[in-house]
Amino acid sequence: MTHFVDRRLNPKGKSLANRQRFLRRARNQIREAVQKSLKDAAVADIGKDRKIKISTKGTGEPRFRLDPKSSGERDFVLPGNKDFMPGDTIDKPKSGQGGGGKEASDSGEGEDDFEFTMTQEEILDIFFEDLELPNLVRTTLKETPNRKWQRAGITTAGSPTQINLIRTMRNSFGRRLALKRPTPKDVAELEERLLAAEQESPVDAAEIAALKEQLAKAIAKRKWVSFIDPIDVRFNSFTEQPVPTSQAVMFCLMDVSGSMGEREKDLAKRFYMLLHLFLKRRYKKVDVVFIRHTHDAQEVNEQEFFYSRQSGGTIVSTALEKMLEIQKARYATADWNIYAAQASDGYTQSGDARTCVEMLNQQIMPLCQYYAYIEILDEREMEVFASEDSGAELWRAYRTVAAEWDNFATKRIAKPADIFPVFRELFRRTEAGRG
Amino acid sequence: MADYLFIDSEWDFATIDRTYRAIEEIALNDLKLDVYPNQIEIISSEQMLDAYSSIAMPLMYNHWSFGKTFAREEAMYQKGYSALAYEVVINSSPCISYLLEENTMTMQALVMAHAAFGHNHFFKNNYLFRQWTNAEGIMDYLAFAKKYIAACEERYGHEEVEAVLDSAHALMHQGVFRYRRPPRPSKEKMIEKRRRRAEYEEGAYNELWRTLPSGVEPPSATPIPDLDEDFGGEAKLPEENLLYFIEKNSPSLKAWQRETLRIVRNLAQYFYPQRQLQVMNEGCATFVHYTIMNLLFDRGLITEGSWMEFMHSHTSVVFQPEFSDRRYSGFNPYALGYGMMNDIRRICENPTAEDRDWFPEFAGKGDWAGTLKDAWANYRDESFIEQFLSPKLMRDFRMFALFDRADQSAYKVSAIHNEGGYRAVRTMLATQYDVGAADPYIQVTGADLKGNRTLFLSHDMHRGVPLHNQTKELVLGHIERLWGHDVKLEERAA
Repeated sequence: MTHFVDRRLNPKGKSLANRQRFLRRARNQIREAVQKSLKDAAVADIGKDRKIKISTKGTGEPRFRLDPKSSGERDFVLPGNKDFMPGDTIDKPKSGQGGGGKEASDSGEGEDDFEFTMTQEEILDIFFEDLELPNLVRTTLKETPNRKWQRAGITTAGSPTQINLIRTMRNSFGRRLALKRPTPKDVAELEERLLAAEQESPVDAAEIAALKEQLAKAIAKRKWVSFIDPIDVRFNSFTEQPVPTSQAVMFCLMDVSGSMGEREKDLAKRFYMLLHLFLKRRYKKVDVVFIRHTHDAQEVNEQEFFYSRQSGGTIVSTALEKMLEIQKARYATADWNIYAAQASDGYTQSGDARTCVEMLNQQIMPLCQYYAYIEILDEREMEVFASEDSGAELWRAYRTVAAEWDNFATKRIAKPADIFPVFRELFRRTEAGRG
Repeated sequence: MADYLFIDSEWDFATIDRTYRAIEEIALNDLKLDVYPNQIEIISSEQMLDAYSSIAMPLMYNHWSFGKTFAREEAMYQKGYSALAYEVVINSSPCISYLLEENTMTMQALVMAHAAFGHNHFFKNNYLFRQWTNAEGIMDYLAFAKKYIAACEERYGHEEVEAVLDSAHALMHQGVFRYRRPPRPSKEKMIEKRRRRAEYEEGAYNELWRTLPSGVEPPSATPIPDLDEDFGGEAKLPEENLLYFIEKNSPSLKAWQRETLRIVRNLAQYFYPQRQLQVMNEGCATFVHYTIMNLLFDRGLITEGSWMEFMHSHTSVVFQPEFSDRRYSGFNPYALGYGMMNDIRRICENPTAEDRDWFPEFAGKGDWAGTLKDAWANYRDESFIEQFLSPKLMRDFRMFALFDRADQSAYKVSAIHNEGGYRAVRTMLATQYDVGAADPYIQVTGADLKGNRTLFLSHDMHRGVPLHNQTKELVLGHIERLWGHDVKLEERAA
């Protein structure tokens, strides 16, 4: 009579569908909340689950309810009388205060803001909403040799192994119906009737003849309306599709000479983190290569990259050389999508900028999916260089590269709050980007 | 005393089974309860959250509001603001009770006594459930609803379906028949209606009008006959079930939208008895678990340790904070229900003179089980309180009544727990539990189906209390969406 059922091992996430609907419903509020909560937080943390507080506006569920506060009268009973006697009066609580909890029971569900936890996935979804890898399709088509076969509907011609039985039989059936092909049952029935007619004692010759003719017609029709006709036959069709390479390498280039202080590095780091997270969502595998440079360049680990300081001059082209060297040794363009982000305060040895431009134009840009140059200024400089055209030597030199290549972008950053808008701008989904 | 059912707080299926049988023995033989077959399911905390975010049904169509409840409950739970319910029980046959895996064995015993026998007996015997809910069919219906809504989403898109569900949910409390069953048109009538519809469509089609140059209007076609001629005839106005009326008469709804409304309406109707039986349902379950656990202890089947654990949990369940307490949020249905039922038992066994005065029918007769079973079967919260709330219990709870007028700055104490006030307090408390009076009374009074199709609603104000203005506007928006044309709501003094 009694069943005990252990449900604990049932698939989890039964309410996932509801959760998705809820997130979609509250999308606007959530987006606001996510961006607010991320704006000043350490960017390193954005890859974590996070509590999000949203208002219930937009996700309210209104019902008709009574409002005894506005007019009318009522009685209600409470527990816990202290020393009230009939006729006593009790001042009503000021609005906004839970008058002994009574308000809570009046309004039913509280309509407060509420807080819940969103997973990293869900946050990043919103975070990177509308962002797209620039030029992905075009370059991968050019670069990737990987291809795979993909279904491409149904055709009328093909090899016999690819015959689509369901479609073929459906066509055949339709054609047989339309042309009224007699079924074996029809023929059998006619034969039976003929037999019966022949065995009747007064033989009805006319009927027998008629039946015979019908039978002959039916048999003939079965012959010329074939069971399967070549026009019925359908084949599965396949086409070859290029497969985008699913791994990417990200080169982080940074000037670490004395002029780059903690503030500058911190800004750069935030940008790199964003880029890294973004790429991680698009590619199965993302490698990061850190290259720091002063007057010469080295590949270093993340710790050293961000936290050690070196003294020396600034020659940007050394970093580009190093990048090319590493790319040639380890990251063939056939297998890797190559991204590069360079951060600098804009100073380089005079004359070096020209070398950089040449290297970029001739060697680096043809390899890269995308190259972002971030110039970190302090806020005063930002005002001085309000126009995109003015700037230090490296900036002006890079502007010429940007003019030539779509997938080369330059931006200036002065404070943490700039980073995200700039990032979004760099990766905004555009029609061209899709093409 | 060696044969305790269990000693440790850890549970396993053998122990649960053994304990279940001991409880069943008491429930069926000592208390003579009458229950649906039981199905007991062990679930994890996440599944428990799942269960009560989709209004405690194991199967439910998808809607964002359930996701919202889940997110909120989960956050509350993770922060430790609220503990999970120990159990969820579903009014179906077999009666499904969920046990949380984290419960100790004592708690599992308590929950089984509470849900699998207390609630179960109540579900099977109370007249409202018997009349209104189809315990055998509900699971199948929910499965159908879930599938149907999913199919609609696939076909018409999430937004479309969501819009209809949102609007229907807003009217859920106005989507029940309070006093009568829905009129069911006879089959012949349905066929006749369909035939007439087809006939009309054939008759109204005229090839000639297609040849008119554009811009020339055909002469006004024969007026669309009231396809639902039952309107004004069969569908009597006023109609209190807004969802029903809209489903049947809305000029703009498509067939799948009507079906969706019907699903929401059927669910609302399924839950309507539960809203009228909170105090009794919880009271019955609590009284049953208390009695059963007591007997288990008296018979030496559970240890003193688990007895203490049980009492600790029981007392916190039936705790009633005073009105001035920060924890106060209305009467605790467990406390009130359990208190009243325990009190009935006391009156049957050891009545005072006052009790004999108030309850001559059963005071001192000793048959508490029979009295309670009769109450469980034949009353709802309102009538139960009106009939059985004793002066002693009012004193125990220190109940007092306030009179509130919106235009006065103070409440007036109108009655307290004394000789002059018992009856007044009792009646007011009973009214408080009358769902019919607590919900605004809104009816369809008319629909201009031949003219501009305005839908007319009325709210009969009870003692001058109007609708909350802001939510009123929002809900009217939803009604307009379903109706497709203007909706006018008139609030009138009753």
